[in-house]
Amino acid sequence: MALLEPASALSVREASFSYGAGTALDAVSLEVQPGRICFLLGPNGAGKTTLFSLICRLLALQGGEIAVAGRPLRANGSNVLAEVGIVFQQSTLDLDLSVRQNLRYFAALRGLRQADADRRIEEELARIGMAERLGERVRALNGGHRRRVEIVRALLCRPRLLLLDEPTVGLDAQTRGALVRFIHAEARERGLAVLWATHLLDEAEPDDDLVVLARGQVAAAGTVRSVLAQAGTDTLDGAFAKLVNQRRQATS
Amino acid sequence: MTVPQYLRAFIGIQKRELLRFVQQRERFFAALVRPLVWLVVFATGFRAALGVSIIPPYTTYITYDTYIVPGLIGMVQLFNGMQSSLSMVYDREMGSMRVLLTSPMPRWFLLLCKVAAGTTVSILQAYAFLAIAAAFGIRMPALGYLTVLPALILSGLMLGAFGLMLSSWIRQLENFAGVMNFVIFPTFFLSSALYPLWKMLESSRVIHAICVANPFTYAVELIRFSLYLQLNLTAAAIVVAALAVFSLLAVLGYDPRHGLVRRQTV
Repeated sequence: MALLEPASALSVREASFSYGAGTALDAVSLEVQPGRICFLLGPNGAGKTTLFSLICRLLALQGGEIAVAGRPLRANGSNVLAEVGIVFQQSTLDLDLSVRQNLRYFAALRGLRQADADRRIEEELARIGMAERLGERVRALNGGHRRRVEIVRALLCRPRLLLLDEPTVGLDAQTRGALVRFIHAEARERGLAVLWATHLLDEAEPDDDLVVLARGQVAAAGTVRSVLAQAGTDTLDGAFAKLVNQRRQATS
Repeated sequence: MTVPQYLRAFIGIQKRELLRFVQQRERFFAALVRPLVWLVVFATGFRAALGVSIIPPYTTYITYDTYIVPGLIGMVQLFNGMQSSLSMVYDREMGSMRVLLTSPMPRWFLLLCKVAAGTTVSILQAYAFLAIAAAFGIRMPALGYLTVLPALILSGLMLGAFGLMLSSWIRQLENFAGVMNFVIFPTFFLSSALYPLWKMLESSRVIHAICVANPFTYAVELIRFSLYLQLNLTAAAIVVAALAVFSLLAVLGYDPRHGLVRRQTV
């Protein structure tokens, strides 16, 4: 199989997708390296969720190429998803099952042995501070704890690439801060590559990577620091507003 | 992916479906109440008025309530298939379908595992119904309870695949009730579940032709013959062919390159 950028955990080259006549993504390119967090910023309808759906094969790529750990999606099919952990925007846990049952189900879908799965479940839950909630029904957990279980689930298969689609929406500031710190630590310690779609600009650190999407196109890319410099502003909010407006004017 | 990994995924999906089934006890009782009403109320009322002459697989005159038991087992499986279909539309709307479809296993395999898991549940329901029917005095040959198992597996898979195919076409949960009215009732009533085909022929050639073309008729006949230790090869072949067609259409329906789901991100 041909490899695309073997060093990249995720390589998106000229990815395009349309819903009928409406273009959702227009030749979008980006790279995420191991150990790095790449924030994907964009207003509603910018194409963030479409890009996530393409990476995890819920939608079929219409143009360009996407490769995970150097393996193109088109050529390798669903096998590539073994390298990917995903936290969707909506909660996807089964509320009537316990934390353990939800995680075991996911582990089985990834072909893990139950003994290995149980060991990893205990380890990961302990890391995120939820070891004692193993037997509880998900319905009894609050939003923050459900999110943590979803992050544990995404990490169970020891992915090289973690996709986070607005994982902190609806969480209080304290829980949000704890999750942001946890993900940064995971990226550093495990060499995990993270693509993180968000509206909440304070989640990024100055050295994180940033891609600003607007109207299905890349409006800016680089580290947070370099994008701020490129936009000529001090704050990410200001840079984001400026870049998105520039893109709107360019495409209207 | 290796064979043991496929097997673990298969077992995992089966376990999850069984856990959900155990936790949703009302679903179990609802599945049994429907055919029981038919058996206890409808069949008892018609028992005096209707008798079924000797037709294969029966070797003697049988009462109407004995005749409709295989049809009611088919009904249990038909409703279970539709219930699974409903839960897949719900899962898709709620997003939990994504967990299944983003597994590194091939999508066709995952969908067929899902159908197989629904079939397991429908077989448990069918045996529970047979036990209740026996309690009401409607008994099959003892070995028939064993020989019906392969027929239940085949018919359960066919009806599960049928439900899966429908779920790939139905975009929203709100549309489901309407579709079900157009699907479940015609499928059930226009079959040999309640009346033998020769009686249909006496009444209407058109209705008879529709019943003959309905794959559910063959699922019911396969179950009926198996309960009496006989294999209806024609019925088995048609059920297998229908299973293949429904499975293919369901897999295509869930393929983002071809199916309707491409416009709604599963």
